[in-house]
Amino acid sequence: MTERFVLWFQHLSEDHQPRVGGKNASLGQMVQAELPVPPGFAVTTDAYLDHLVHGKISDEVRNRLEGLDHTDLDRLHAAAAEVREMIESVEVPALVAEAVADNYHSLCSTCEADDIPVAVRSSATAEDLPDASFAGQQDTFLWVRGAEGVVDHMKKCWASLYTDRAVAYRAERGFDHHLVHMSVVVQKMIRPKSAGVAFTLNPTNGDRSKIAIDSAWGFGESVVSGEVTPDNFLIDKVIFEIVQRKVSPKEIEYRLEGDTVVKVDLEGERSTSPSLTDDEIIAVARLAKQAERHYGCPQDVEWAIDSDLPEPDNVVLLQSRPETVWSQKPRRTISEGAPKDFMSSLVSSLLKPDKGF
Amino acid sequence: MADRFPSPFEIETPPGAEGWQDLYAYSLPFSEDRREYEDSMFWFLDGIHWSQVFPPFDATFLQYAIASLSQYNTRHYIIPPALGVDYRVLNGYAYLAPVPVADPADIEARIPHFVERAGYYYANWDDLYEKWMVKARDVIDRLEAVEFEPLPDMVDIEVVTSGKGRSNGFDLLESYNTLMELGLELWQYHFEFLNLGYAAYLDYFGFCKEAFPGIPDLSIAKMVAGIDVDLFRPDQEIRRLAQLAVDLGVDDALAEGTAAEALSRVAEVANGPEWLAEWEKAKDPWFNYSNGSGFYHTDSVWMENLDIPMSFLRGYIGRVKSGDDINPPIDKVIAERDRIADEYTSLLEGEDAEMFAQKLGLARTVFHYVENHNFYVEHWGHSVFWRKMRQLGDVFVKEGFFAETDDVFMLQRDEIPSALWDMYSAWAVGTEARGPRYWAREIPRRKAILDACRAWEPPPALGEPPEVITEPFTVMLWGITSDSVKKWLGGDDESGDIGGFAASPGVVEGRARVLTDGDQIGEIQDDEILVAPLTAPSWAPVFARIKGTVTDSGGMMSHAAIVCREYGLPAVTGTGVATKKIRTGMNIRVDGNEGTVTILD
Repeated sequence: MTERFVLWFQHLSEDHQPRVGGKNASLGQMVQAELPVPPGFAVTTDAYLDHLVHGKISDEVRNRLEGLDHTDLDRLHAAAAEVREMIESVEVPALVAEAVADNYHSLCSTCEADDIPVAVRSSATAEDLPDASFAGQQDTFLWVRGAEGVVDHMKKCWASLYTDRAVAYRAERGFDHHLVHMSVVVQKMIRPKSAGVAFTLNPTNGDRSKIAIDSAWGFGESVVSGEVTPDNFLIDKVIFEIVQRKVSPKEIEYRLEGDTVVKVDLEGERSTSPSLTDDEIIAVARLAKQAERHYGCPQDVEWAIDSDLPEPDNVVLLQSRPETVWSQKPRRTISEGAPKDFMSSLVSSLLKPDKGF
Repeated sequence: MADRFPSPFEIETPPGAEGWQDLYAYSLPFSEDRREYEDSMFWFLDGIHWSQVFPPFDATFLQYAIASLSQYNTRHYIIPPALGVDYRVLNGYAYLAPVPVADPADIEARIPHFVERAGYYYANWDDLYEKWMVKARDVIDRLEAVEFEPLPDMVDIEVVTSGKGRSNGFDLLESYNTLMELGLELWQYHFEFLNLGYAAYLDYFGFCKEAFPGIPDLSIAKMVAGIDVDLFRPDQEIRRLAQLAVDLGVDDALAEGTAAEALSRVAEVANGPEWLAEWEKAKDPWFNYSNGSGFYHTDSVWMENLDIPMSFLRGYIGRVKSGDDINPPIDKVIAERDRIADEYTSLLEGEDAEMFAQKLGLARTVFHYVENHNFYVEHWGHSVFWRKMRQLGDVFVKEGFFAETDDVFMLQRDEIPSALWDMYSAWAVGTEARGPRYWAREIPRRKAILDACRAWEPPPALGEPPEVITEPFTVMLWGITSDSVKKWLGGDDESGDIGGFAASPGVVEGRARVLTDGDQIGEIQDDEILVAPLTAPSWAPVFARIKGTVTDSGGMMSHAAIVCREYGLPAVTGTGVATKKIRTGMNIRVDGNEGTVTILD
């Protein structure tokens, strides 16, 4: 029964996408590519559908939204709020709640801790819709602890299928609300010592033999948002030598206090010391390369060093997506315009031997 | 930071070395006659080949080598931007200055000739290399045939009855001339391919740096190296003999005493003769292996110092018995080399990939020669050459000219015919030669001057460095770049680290063992870090025992770099100063990723 409602990332295959949504599917793919993502599982759309059926609200939801004029914002807001309320007020079917609780406890024992904090995120099934990111407005709840909390927030995710914007978006485009279902991601929260992004090419010149890492202390949000000037490392992709390092003063850090993420000002040694050790730099670079190899094109990955995990398993990837800037440009060639025959090419090398040295 | 090195004319003669100039050919020291030219050039100390003060005779190979190198650039292949390399001796040390072609029109005019001439060699590399092998072995055979015999009281009756009509004195003079000619001939061949080899490296390096900006030098070097070459064969032979000794159960007989004692003991035990036959087979030619660069008569040769290979053999036997795999991980090195090359290739498209394959292919082809020639010339050829010179030294000793055989090296190459003439003439006349008294005074005087020179610390370079170092061979052969010159000028940076080439990756800390002479090689202890002016290929057996290497001289393709990569040891090469700043016993950290050496205490 569990498998009907819950699937662990490592067991997800492409066939599961309609039941687990895009976000879960992508995490599943990363796990299969042996990319270390924080552990967790998907709660399938079957759980969501059972919830509607069991609570006898399927028809009611349908009726409440039928023929709704999405340009009338007041009415849209009222209807959407009512639907969310219906979903949240109904009790989760016992079998579903049990399956989620059991698996949450398994996750806790995997991590060798009680009530580990997890992220509970929505993962909508929207593959037949042209713009998946808007099809289901996706809510994310961080630092959720305890089985009960997970079940509660799961309901909130289900309900987030019916935010005002999501309902308006679907109505505007004439999509059937009932073709979009909601799956949920339950994933161990990480406690990042440092985090950031990595490109599997040199973003300054498109050179694909390099991996570029931006890194700062704490959560990666500071890097993604541009609030800090991150440390920057350039690594040779083939022999993993660090060929360039720029350590910048990092003025802030997003850090965990209790179960809350707070922004902390940094000064002194912590601000100016590198946020990654050499071993960590190489470990991040290796994972980025692995992601690129798996997806077959240059990647832009988000990574973190999880202080809850032992070395060397403490480097985790949070996301991997195709790099878009250089990948769309024609590749730079050297032979173009250069002498083709061997001796002329040799002569030109002799005449400017300083070109690389 | 200074922006220039001292002028050669600012350098003072070390106390007690006055008159050192007279120990060398008149064209070797810096002089007022050429001051304007000499002051306009940038001279660097060639510590790769000549890290020690030259005894007068030993400057011969400086002249033979550098003139031969130069002739191929200037007159054979017409290398467009480069003439030869000029050379001088200062207080007994060798300084070199590459001579560029100054006028762009001249460079342009040289190109078609270069394309025709060098192109011919590249296109016919394998055939010409095969011929080279024949020529090199032939020179060595002819070197072997040279004999120096003491002069007899009367010429043999054969000379009379055969109507030969020439004396032993004539033969002696002729043998010396022949030996010198063969020495130079050997060096002609030495550079027949080498400059072109380095040009191919340079082209390949340049392409890599352009295609993959910032590519580590190590990647570039790793894609080429790891190919089986004769230069490492002596070490392989010792490993083979160690394994065989254990397999045949003769290892105990070899365990103690001098090489001579061990060899006579092994002859008496079961299976001993079988092992001994293999040892004898390996000796010729593979024990014609110098413990140094081969450029000095003092460099010990295995063949004449069997204690050296015996000590290496015992080291390997010990490791075989403790279950170690004594073979360097050559398969792994080759697999890694191919992986690296494949990965970089896969990052290129279309014509770029083709060009890369072509340039890499040529670099690998030339690698074989670039490594191998060293065995045939500096090791085998020179070993025979020095052996013959000692035969001549013995003749002088017998005639009372010298106290010791090696005193012959206290004479310049061109003084020896005079001394031989003195000997011959006195023999012919039947009277007393001047030599015994003359050289009895002169040789101790010369030795004292050389000792005074040895107390001097030669600066790494002289004169004003050019803004950028572009001369291709300086970069490839000596590993001298704008950066390395800057490091020498800067001396200590703030961190106090010593900088050099990141020649073999990894970071290691340990006790330093500073060796300034190949004969000290036996002093090295397990797990020490070797610090030396340069390393000789014949030191290969110690690489299995040490933790890392630091050298004063050499670049990415120096022997130290190549061997360390094969053994997976961190190495920093071309530091310029390591042997001066580091003392045996210091704790040091060698960072082969960054090319830095830190003294920890």
